[in-house]
Amino acid sequence: MSSLNVKLKIFGAARDIMGGREILIDINGQRVEELRKTLLIAYPKLKELNSLLIAVNQKYASEDDLIKETDEIAIIPPVSGG
Amino acid sequence: MIKITAKPIDVQKVIETASSLGAGAVNVFIGTVRDNAHQKNVRWLEYEAYEAMAVAEIRTIIEEAAHRWRLMGWAVSHRIGTLKPGEVAVVVAVSTSHRKESFEACEFIIDAIKAKVPIWKKEVFEGGEEWVSANPHMVINSN
Repeated sequence: MSSLNVKLKIFGAARDIMGGREILIDINGQRVEELRKTLLIAYPKLKELNSLLIAVNQKYASEDDLIKETDEIAIIPPVSGG
Repeated sequence: MIKITAKPIDVQKVIETASSLGAGAVNVFIGTVRDNAHQKNVRWLEYEAYEAMAVAEIRTIIEEAAHRWRLMGWAVSHRIGTLKPGEVAVVVAVSTSHRKESFEACEFIIDAIKAKVPIWKKEVFEGGEEWVSANPHMVINSN
């Protein structure tokens, strides 16, 4: 299984936990599921959030979606607009 | 018109943008900043958005509403940045032939915005702050 180095955009409560608006991270694997596993190991406090969605190229992704290093990837904690 | 803006929202302009000569109803939702939450005084709110995706998600919501209720005009403006109690955070306006579908469409759009669009707000109280809905319940104490 190959690994990827991806850049994440981070918002809201997730930014407070992860400590930055953008973070580079290595993931073992190529799917959203593996990115999520890596994040929860590196930042266990993310588990305390009510939800944690991942967006790829400005669309909500599902766990099976493949990611590339050139994708725009965002970490989406519970939204609260309005 | 879909707008994410750091400047105060011009409510009249949103309404004018949504209006249509063929429509018999214009329905407007104005979301404002409350001065209280969880029995505490709110000093201000900090809003932020993942702007490009927020615009795309709002567009998807509008397309669904336009399909279900035959919108004759629409406009959405959402504020970001620091907002004090009383300020306007969001305006949704739609126009339709008759009033019933205008109420339904407007409610659908604001409900979907609150549920799906990547925009966040942090409540800043006396002596603490909290990202709204982020945790089961937590207030982060500040110094």
